[in-house]
Amino acid sequence: MTSNIKMKKIHAFFLFCLLLMNCASNEEELYTPIPYNLKIPALFAEKLIAPIIPSDNPLTEEGVALGKKLFFDKILSGDLTQNCASCHNPKKAFTDQLQFSAGIQGEFGTRNSMPLFNLAWNFDERFAWDGKEFGLENQALEPVSNPIEMHANWDRVAEKLQQNPTYPELFLLAFGTSKIDATLVTKAIAQFERTLISGNSRFDKYLLGETSLTSEEQNGFDVFMDEAKGDCFHCHGSNNNPLWTDNKFHNNGLNAIFQDLGFGAVTGDPNDNGKFKSPSIRNLAFTAPYMHDGRFATLEEVINHYSEGLKRSSTIDPLMKRVNDGGVQLSNQDKSDLKAFLLSLSDTEFINNTSFQK
Amino acid sequence: MKQKRYLFIIIVILFAACAPKKECCVQPEQLEVTLNFTHNWDLLELTKQDFNELKFTNANGEQLSIEKLRYLVSNISLLDNKNHHLIDVGENTETSISIPDLTEGSYALSFRFGFSDEDNTDGVYPDLNSVSFNVPEMLGGGYHFMQFDGKYLDTNTEESGFNYHTIRAIDRTDPGNSKFKDTSFEVNLGTIKITNTTEIEIEVNLAEWFKNPNTWNLNELNTVLMPNFEAQKIMSANGKGVFSLGEVTP
Repeated sequence: MTSNIKMKKIHAFFLFCLLLMNCASNEEELYTPIPYNLKIPALFAEKLIAPIIPSDNPLTEEGVALGKKLFFDKILSGDLTQNCASCHNPKKAFTDQLQFSAGIQGEFGTRNSMPLFNLAWNFDERFAWDGKEFGLENQALEPVSNPIEMHANWDRVAEKLQQNPTYPELFLLAFGTSKIDATLVTKAIAQFERTLISGNSRFDKYLLGETSLTSEEQNGFDVFMDEAKGDCFHCHGSNNNPLWTDNKFHNNGLNAIFQDLGFGAVTGDPNDNGKFKSPSIRNLAFTAPYMHDGRFATLEEVINHYSEGLKRSSTIDPLMKRVNDGGVQLSNQDKSDLKAFLLSLSDTEFINNTSFQK
Repeated sequence: MKQKRYLFIIIVILFAACAPKKECCVQPEQLEVTLNFTHNWDLLELTKQDFNELKFTNANGEQLSIEKLRYLVSNISLLDNKNHHLIDVGENTETSISIPDLTEGSYALSFRFGFSDEDNTDGVYPDLNSVSFNVPEMLGGGYHFMQFDGKYLDTNTEESGFNYHTIRAIDRTDPGNSKFKDTSFEVNLGTIKITNTTEIEIEVNLAEWFKNPNTWNLNELNTVLMPNFEAQKIMSANGKGVFSLGEVTP
């Protein structure tokens, strides 16, 4: 009888201890991350619908800070030699200014590194030149494990982060758990990437009435907006669409025969062969070379392509005009002015923003 | 006795009070109407699956394909407030428009193709800005009414692009004195009796854009139509035969 009472007391004591421990862990989980206040430029707020923030990955101060730390940490690569910024350098509008980027083993891909900004306004959420990644979180998964990029194993990466003296606490603060996995890593990186907003170029200031354009820039803008000249606005936005892209996939007449099927390889529809995402024309001063395969080293080459270099193919976009003549045949003055206008969309504040740098 | 009388009066008053209350609280049934925009080429049903093939022939005998088709309708009469909808056939968005909370009755069904001048204000609609449906300021600003892109077999039997884009017409003959013409138009589909949750089909015959009352020659009019004042007027005239009432299924 006495031993029964003793046993009961011991059980009660253990239960009490368990309850206490449970309370302690609840205390940790109760920490609520601070909501991150996304700084949306005035023109974006006025002209565009709301950015895409997934309900299961809201922006928080802790999540963004963690994403930034991970973005610049070489721990994500197989041999600890590369981080995301190796190919997406903030000083180069998050490109690397190379035609193709080398992975950790020196192998090169076949696509030009895309700049990273205003990604939360990609309303269809298809990322990469060929749209193969749906959602920013998914996009961040691929380069880490790609054998010709960072060539790491996600389980191993998670393990290394778990053993790191700092990361478990940071994940706990950002996500309420210190158990690290690929999903949480990519959520954090995606949060950081959504904060990369570029909307303060000279042209933005012009639209806000804070500065004026040179006559060359003004004529260049007119060429851009003129259906009979550049007709660039149907795919690359306008003064009313400050993203300066439609984020859609087009065949812009680069090839008569496709070596790279682009969007077509993703959708499986031959009508999408040779189509690639129209990139934003913001920050072109920092993102050479151009096109999905980085074939054009200069803006002059890009403009010449649309003016007289178009190649006919089965899926060429109907918006590509005068294909038999090679393009819209711009005058030298119009070409030069168009370049001047394009450069007015350079956002030096963005590339120098310390919040986006290591 | 008096007490009985009072009791009787009270009962009568109570009954009288209850009767109208019962009538006032009957809620009319809330009905939902769905407008389904279906597309055809002279009655041949057409969906995104039919895009990208030179499978249609216009009234002028030109073979053509459709690669992109999106158009704007505004101020649907069954909705109370000002409204607009961008129907994108390729992306299958807004081809069905649900209108909730209607009550039983007869309704005049109409909408406007595009925006009237009153609603066609430059840059004020974020949903349309976000999908780059704007018209350049040099053409008066505002918004496209339709972007219909495709290819046709030209006189050299080569595939060439066409951009059948409709906007408010602008005549820039005199650079300092541009003239505008509102080329949006009202589509009246008659009176519909709504007695139940109802699906209303609005048939959109794309062949009409090229034939009635003006036979459209794609070899002559194919691209750079936005600044073409006369072309815009012709497109507007042809558009008036595009929409018709299809099946109404209660």
